[in-house]
Amino acid sequence: MREVLTVLSDMLRKGEITSQELTEKYISAVEEVNPQINAYVHTTFDFAREGAKKADEMLKAGNAGALCGIPMALKDNICSDGHLTTCCSKILRGFRPYYDSTVWSKLKSEGAVMLGKANMDEFAMGSTSESSCYGAPLNPRNTSHVTGGSSGGGAAAVCANIAAYSLGSDTGGSIRQPASYCGVVGLKPTYGAVSRYGLIAYGSSLDQIGPITNSVKDAALVFDAIRGVDENDDTSVDYNYGGPSANALTGDIKGLKIGVAEEYFDGINPEIKDAVMDAVKLYEKNGAEIINVRLPILKEAMPVYYIIACAEASSNLGRYDGIRYGYRADNYEDIDDMIYCTRSEGFGREVKHRIILGTYVLSSGYYDAYYKKACILRNNIIKRFDDIFNTCDVLIAPNAPTTAPKLGHHGASAVEMYLSDICTVPVNITGIPGISVPCGTDKAGLPIGMQILGKRFGENTILNAAYFYEKTAVSPVKEYEGGVRI
Amino acid sequence: MKYEMVCGMETHIELATKTKIFCGCTTEFGGAPNTHCCPVCTGQPGSLPILNRRVVEYAVRAGLAVNCKINNNSHMDRKNYVYPDLPKAYQISQFDEPICEHGYIELDSGKRIGITRIHIEEDAGKLVHEQGTTYIDYNRGGVPLIEIVSEPDISTPEEAREYAEKLQLIMRYVGISDCKMQEGSMRCDVNLSLRPVGTTEFGTRTETKNINSLSNIVKAMNREIERQEDILESGGHIVQATMRYDANTDEIYPMRTKENSDDYRYFPDPDILRFTIPQEFVDETKANLPELPSAKLRRYIDDMKLPESTARDIYKYRRVSEFLDDTVKKGANVKNTANLIIGGIYSTLETEEDKERFDIKITPEKMAGLVKLIDDKKINKNKGQETLMKMLESGDDVTKFIKAEDTAGMSDEDLAKICEAAVAANPDAVENVRNGRDKAINVIFGYVMRETRGKADMGKVNKIIRGLIG
Repeated sequence: MREVLTVLSDMLRKGEITSQELTEKYISAVEEVNPQINAYVHTTFDFAREGAKKADEMLKAGNAGALCGIPMALKDNICSDGHLTTCCSKILRGFRPYYDSTVWSKLKSEGAVMLGKANMDEFAMGSTSESSCYGAPLNPRNTSHVTGGSSGGGAAAVCANIAAYSLGSDTGGSIRQPASYCGVVGLKPTYGAVSRYGLIAYGSSLDQIGPITNSVKDAALVFDAIRGVDENDDTSVDYNYGGPSANALTGDIKGLKIGVAEEYFDGINPEIKDAVMDAVKLYEKNGAEIINVRLPILKEAMPVYYIIACAEASSNLGRYDGIRYGYRADNYEDIDDMIYCTRSEGFGREVKHRIILGTYVLSSGYYDAYYKKACILRNNIIKRFDDIFNTCDVLIAPNAPTTAPKLGHHGASAVEMYLSDICTVPVNITGIPGISVPCGTDKAGLPIGMQILGKRFGENTILNAAYFYEKTAVSPVKEYEGGVRI
Repeated sequence: MKYEMVCGMETHIELATKTKIFCGCTTEFGGAPNTHCCPVCTGQPGSLPILNRRVVEYAVRAGLAVNCKINNNSHMDRKNYVYPDLPKAYQISQFDEPICEHGYIELDSGKRIGITRIHIEEDAGKLVHEQGTTYIDYNRGGVPLIEIVSEPDISTPEEAREYAEKLQLIMRYVGISDCKMQEGSMRCDVNLSLRPVGTTEFGTRTETKNINSLSNIVKAMNREIERQEDILESGGHIVQATMRYDANTDEIYPMRTKENSDDYRYFPDPDILRFTIPQEFVDETKANLPELPSAKLRRYIDDMKLPESTARDIYKYRRVSEFLDDTVKKGANVKNTANLIIGGIYSTLETEEDKERFDIKITPEKMAGLVKLIDDKKINKNKGQETLMKMLESGDDVTKFIKAEDTAGMSDEDLAKICEAAVAANPDAVENVRNGRDKAINVIFGYVMRETRGKADMGKVNKIIRGLIG
């Protein structure tokens, strides 16, 4: 694994390369590689050049942070002032927010250089990024396969070395799963660790922004830069991590208590199961303690997730009516018809599915049977995970039942795609952090990822466990040969 | 058949916080369209609300002032509906955990109108129709509101009016809103149904929305009672509907009928954490509530012995009553102060709003300075009134207009001498009085007042003069 951010930061600070030079390299690489993988949906090269210039000044002044001058990508649902931010939906066509999200504002002040917005499932609803109105991004490992989703474009861009890192959002696995499909690292932080202000909402109680990177160290560096309480987000938390998470990476896992729940492995492709269990053995061999835990409640996670996420989405997406911004239907009779036509034409199929589902579960007469019950179950799941983390430091699990499927594989079967989220949604339901790290490839050479989960605000523990694996395992995934090579 | 009315009211009151309920934008009324706005109050994608603590504090104050129980745990809900003035397609409101519950307001008759609940929520923007086009102004969007829901305890239009008036005054007293119905900072919706006298089952009700003055509450309800009576008398059924009262034509008509009940799909807003209102805070707020209108009125009448009409004229304007109280605290006599306010200050404040605002140039200290001269009989009431008008104009202290020597104690001897001179100087008047034209004595009084520059005690003067004339 390549610690790209550490390397680039060193080069920039030593003056071996300027941010402007580095940015031009990335811009050329985007122009060359992106047409093959459709990772970026909007590019902001002029803005990147301006940013690089500022970053060079900061570097020269000697007060530059770890991410200063380094080119990156934002998912297309993270707002930046004046730049297209469209959630890869026709309904937000042409939408340019007039304010910065908190995460981008933090990165910008550190001298980050934004190359553009990355492809995703429409409104982050999907597991393959195929519901993007700009067409799916393609997996750089094998372009007939999907990148995963919903942060598929960001994972593809990092994998293909056309972004040094990217920020994604994870509502039910949207950072971790594409990271695993593309063979990169994805961190879904604790709910509340990173401000959601400026993240266009899908499921507000589940959404969390996090980094997609080439290495665990990189993930820690980006997490350090974006985390923290925010006066603009009531759900953000003032948690004291006791210093940068990047400094907490020792690789020492002696005595680490690792929980393994067999329920996580039900229906999982044997190749994936083997790869993850091999990793568990590696931990054990190096002094970790393996504890078998039971998680029968896991089977409830999928319906709970889809009820809560869709309920919140149906409300969050009500505002797209064509009145103030974005797409508006051309032909309509009156205001009600305008809203009706705009939404009918502007939203894609998957988004409509979820709005209808969410509206249904909140309707009077159904609320108690669905939404309320889901909230009760959610609390039960949280309790069960709390219990587990009383005895275990981390849980290890697969990321997805399969490696990246072929494009179009899920076809019309939404339920089949929903089921592929089984391994990732519990993290969002419970608000705990999870990291996905590559742990091998299948026979076809497609990457396999494993998840390491921790208790709330246990990022340092899971990052360190992942760091150990990355240092110790024999390079589980090959490097992509293209883009900007360091 | 004889019918009786069953009525409950929903009252929306805009809170007088400086900033909006979920962002830092100003709540000021007016302003060029869409200038008091930000990403949060226009519902821009990605923006998030932060609950203004002041709004919760104001709601607690409102609740305590109308005898509510305050819930120590509360949260915000989303009320989902589509309307162009609602930029998120949901209103952040409260559904099943309102801040206040189970209160009441007592009418003058002693009857209590129950208050079911008070909750906080955000106001919507405003549609502006101009030349065939509709524009939206979001300045009002996100202005904090409380909604006060009454029990269906109101039995007559006059009770409704009194309830609204009392509510308005109480909320003004506790300082949470200016409650201006014309400007929409207080808006009343009336739920009204009829049933045959002696029955207990509720009839089908209608909701008359956004009535914009106290007197229109009575008018709108009378129209609605007539309308419903006509329908019932002719054997028809009342259709559940939202009604609109047009004050210009004094007509009431349905805006929309509700065939299906609205489904707002309420659910807890995941963007705003549950919050607690500590009991210590509630207790402290209760202890710090100002004197409420009913208590003040009782005090004016029972303790201060003001005539009831005078007491009412003062207590119905919060700032006036505070001015009176402060003036009295500085040692002025309450009756003299009240009379000067009603007879003097009110003459310079033309409208109800002027009185409500009570924007005058003199302080209670200055007022007390003047009133005490009257109390001590150093000047008479007319002189006092005259001086008050000058003070109101310039804002100056009473000493600017009445010099120390003017009020320096005048001996009875001196006064007798002046009276003698007055009688001597007006033989015609003396003659007239003696011949029974008593009014002529005013000429002599006038002479004394001129000579003494208004500081003579008219009681004494009267006695002396009548003694001289015999």
